[in-house]
Parts: sequence; C-alpha cells; structure tokens
Amino acid sequence: MNRYLLGRVGQALLVLWGAYTITYFILYLLPGDTLSIMLSASGLEVDALSPADLAKARAYYGLDRGLFEQYGHLLWRALHGDFGQSLSLNRPVTALLAERLPQTLTLAGSAIVLSLIGGIGLAYLTAYVRWQPLQSAMARLPSLGFSVPVFWLGLLLIQVFAFGLGWFPATGSQGLDSLVLPAITLAIPSAAVYAQVLQRGFQHVWREPYITTAYAKGLSRAQVQYRHGLKNAALPILTLFGLQVGNTVSGAVLVETIFSRNGVGRLAQEAVLRQDIPVVLAIVAISAAAFVVVNLLVDLLYPMFDPRITHAPRAPSAA
Amino acid sequence: MPSSNAVHNLDRRFGSPSIQRLPATTPSAPLPVEATTPWRRRNRWSRLLSASRPLLRRPGFMLAALVVAFALLAALAPGVLSGFDPNATAPLAKLTAPNATHWFGTDELGRDLYTRVIHGASLSIQAALLAVGLALLGGLSLGVLSGFAGGRVDALIMRVIDVLLALPGLLLALAIVTAIGFGTLPVALAVGVGIIPGFARTTRAEVLRVKTLPYVEAARLGGASWLQTLWRHILPNAWGPVAVLATLDFGAAILATAGLSFLGFGAAPPAPEWGTLIATGRHFLITAPWVALLPGAFVVAVVFSLNHLARTLEEIKR
Repeated sequence: MNRYLLGRVGQALLVLWGAYTITYFILYLLPGDTLSIMLSASGLEVDALSPADLAKARAYYGLDRGLFEQYGHLLWRALHGDFGQSLSLNRPVTALLAERLPQTLTLAGSAIVLSLIGGIGLAYLTAYVRWQPLQSAMARLPSLGFSVPVFWLGLLLIQVFAFGLGWFPATGSQGLDSLVLPAITLAIPSAAVYAQVLQRGFQHVWREPYITTAYAKGLSRAQVQYRHGLKNAALPILTLFGLQVGNTVSGAVLVETIFSRNGVGRLAQEAVLRQDIPVVLAIVAISAAAFVVVNLLVDLLYPMFDPRITHAPRAPSAA
Repeated sequence: MPSSNAVHNLDRRFGSPSIQRLPATTPSAPLPVEATTPWRRRNRWSRLLSASRPLLRRPGFMLAALVVAFALLAALAPGVLSGFDPNATAPLAKLTAPNATHWFGTDELGRDLYTRVIHGASLSIQAALLAVGLALLGGLSLGVLSGFAGGRVDALIMRVIDVLLALPGLLLALAIVTAIGFGTLPVALAVGVGIIPGFARTTRAEVLRVKTLPYVEAARLGGASWLQTLWRHILPNAWGPVAVLATLDFGAAILATAGLSFLGFGAAPPAPEWGTLIATGRHFLITAPWVALLPGAFVVAVVFSLNHLARTLEEIKR
C-alpha cells in the first residue's frame, strides 16, 4: 500500500510538472515577440523605447536569459510559492490569487455539491419511475443539460430569477443569496454528466444476478434500488467526480464573468484580455494542481468505496 | 417485478439480431419469384441506404438531422435563408421584439437578429469544424502511432496525453489565446488542441483492439505491408467510436468557441459570431432579453441535435 501511495504521488507530481512546463512553453515560446506582449500589458509601447531601454526591460522581465535558464528560474520560484509580478496590476501574483481564491472555492464547492445532488437525484428518479414517457423524457434531460452553453444558461437564469421574479440579485459577490444563481449555473453541466453515467449504470446493474437474488429474498423495489442498485451503479461517479474538476474550473471562468464575481475565473479572463502572461501561467498551474490533487485523492479513496479493488502489490512489476 | 425485467432484457437481446438479420433475409424470401434477375453486388450506396434505414424510422433522429442540416446550410450559403443584410443598421427599428418580419427581433442598431445568427453560423461552424478537424488529425495520428508502435513511444505519448488532460480545456485554450492573439482562427486552434487528447485515447484503444483481430493477421500473412493493413483494414474498422466522438466534440467545440468569443477573445463585435452576439446582447438583458437569449437558443438547438445524433449512432452500433 505504501509503495503504491508513493508511486501514485510521484506520478501526480510528474503530471503537475508536465502541465507547468507545457503552459510555460505555450506562453513564452509561442508568441513571436514575448517582450512586446509584456510591455504592452504593462502599458508601454515597444516603438517608443530606445534600444537601451528595451535591453533594460528585457533584463527586468528575465527575457535576456536563455529559454531553459529562465524556465528553471521561474519553476524554482513557483515551487517556493512566488509566481512573480502581475504586469498590468503591478502586484505579486500570489497575493492576487490569495485574495481571489476564497470566492472561487466557495462557488466551486457549492456547485459541486449541487451537481452531485442534482445528477444523482435525477438518475435515481429515472430508474425508479415506471411510466415510460416520463422515463424516456428524463433519460433525455442530461443530454440537454450539457448542450446548453454555460454563459447562456447564466443569462437565462438572471433574466428569469433576478429581473423577472426578483428573488436573487443578478450580479455581485456579497452574501449567500448572490451565490445561488452562479452555483446553479455552474452545477448543471456536471450534474448532466453524472446523471447520464448513473442512468447507464442503473441499466447495467438491473441485469446483474444479485438484483434477482435481492428480489427473491423479498425486498421491495425501493429497497433493492437503494441497497443494491445505487451502491453498484454509483461507483463510476467517483472517478467522474475527479475528472469534472477541470470542467468546473473552466465553467467558473465563464460564470464569474457573467455574474461579475471577484474570483480567480474573472481574474483569468481579465489577465488574458490584457495578455498578462505571469497571471495566466499561475492560474493555469493552480487549476492543474487542483485537478491533480483531487484525482489523486479519488484514486486513494477508491478502495474504501469499492473493496474489490486493492492496491496490494502482487508482483514487483505491478508497482 | 424482477421477472418482467428479465423478460425485457431477453427481448432486447433477441430483438437486436433479428433487426440486423432483416436485410439479409429479405432478398432470400422473394427468390423463387424473381429468380431471373441476376445477382448484383451491392454497391456502396445501397449498403449505406440499408444501414441507414433504421435511422430513418426515428422521428427524433430525423428532426435532429434536419436542424444540423439547416445550420450547415446557413454556414455554407447564409444568403439563401435570409433576405436581410446582416450589417444593415436601421436606427428607427432598434430593439424591436420578435415579429413576422424580424423573426428574432432586432438588436441595438436595428440589425435583423435572425439574419445575424444565420450569417454567424458560417463563422462559428467553420471555427468548430476547424477545431474538430485539427483534433481529428492530431488525435488520429497520435493514437495510431501510439497503438501501433507500442513500447516506449506509446508510453511517452500517453504520458503527454495525461498531462494535457490535467489542464482544464478552457484554461489551456486561454493560455494559447494569450500567446497567439485573439480572433476566430486562434480560438479555433486553441479549442482544437484542447480536444486532441480525447481523440488520441479513443483511437489508441480502438487500434489496440483491432490490431489483434484475425483479419489483420490474415492481411499481413497475405503479404500486405503495415501501411496497407493500417489503411485498408485497421482504420476502417477502428473509426466508428472516433466518428461518434467527433460528432459529440463538434457540439462541444461550438460551445467552447462560443464561450471564448463570449469572453471577448473571438471575432471583434461587428462580426456576428454566436458568442459575440450573446455577449453584446447581454447589455440589453433587462429591456430586450431576446437579443441575448434567442441566438443562444439557436446554439442550444444545434448542439443538442448534434448530441442526439451522436447518441443515436452509438445506440445503433450496440
């Protein structure tokens, strides 16, 4: 178990390093002239500067060093929690992130809880309902759920619940009631994915012999579904949960922009708009880290939920 | 209750082969009557027709296909579907609600919104096609290389794919857009790169499955080169799931490009790209909700239809 744990953590670190590296090379190698982007991000024109000033600016941004030397330097500092200086806001990126992160974590956390409740609830009802038209309508609902653009759904909810009914504020980030609409908007695509997978899971589980056995020993349909159906059908949800973190982070960028909430997602949108390279690099690295950590936790917790899977090394090659 | 379930399953199990057997048995039934007509090899079209017959019986599938066909027609020839000019302003008729002349109403400059959505289709659908095309090309070649070469090449490619999967799609696209600039083309490229990993994984799995089948071995023993085997035997048999994924990802690419242009990284405002339309309509949500909501509803219809097509194709396969 210990050996498995070490190997899995090492793999996660490797993936994280790879993600940082790929993003670094996209941001620093892909543009034709990184210096001009960085200068215009901090409000200067390349053409207005003398060659001496340009050389000074290049040294200031660390662009005079070789590509790999600069990369090593940035990675070393990032490992110590220093993501450099924002070009357009003139503040340390780490401080910016620390200021914005709680907002996004609250939003993402409540959205994840809502999506699990909504997705599992819908699939559970779909499996329980016996009236064919309603059942097939509910089975089609998830694919509608992830066909809807997040930003459009947000606008629709604002129109209906904020402007139409006046139940919740349309924008803002203060208070609990301003969290309701963004969290619902962010939850629906993930809920659709959970519901679809769980609906298929139920379809497979009903064919298993242990369901017949459960009926044979006299359990009611509700008992069979809860005790034997759900527990077996819900296992893929756990894996999926880890994978959905990426979608939630992506959705947060859009949702925070629509509802003008001061989170990391909106910071990302503004940073890209101003081509603030250090901020973009830091946000991508942070969200990759969130993805890797959650998936690592899911992998480590899996044996607790499904005892059939054990990570005991049987052969040396298994680790 | 459990017994009815079992019967249903049995039904399904017997049901599907009998449907598949149908085209094979029908020619044999009228054989004595029309024995004079010589046997002809079914060409590609007749095979396609008989394969698509069960699809044509599904009204939902036909409706979805119709919506997608309409969107494709709008992308190719927007002038056919609307007589208005997408950029002609009419200050007197600004922000009018949907009516018989202006089906989707008009926007803040009096431009006909339906026409703008139709003309926007060419930008948005081309961007999505470009993204999926890039992902297909990259994903297929990586997947085939990985599944075919095996060993270290396979391990290396799969590790890179793992890393790419760890980067949330939209954020990877944002990084690429930061580096290469804004506009429809950069957004399409960024979205395309983001969906390469899925294609690579699916292709690799399929290639690994097909590679070990007897007919591949037979082709190799018959003297075909690896390249020929790949082209004639492996790819045609491996591309089914990839095609379903491509249909699904086409819808996802429409959503992603619209999302990026909604954030302000796509085509600049006069261009009627779908995401840009919704983004500008957002400012008039209180007074004229249709400016943002109706173009979005069109996007939902197209993407939902694409998902429905993909799902039906998948169900037919099983």
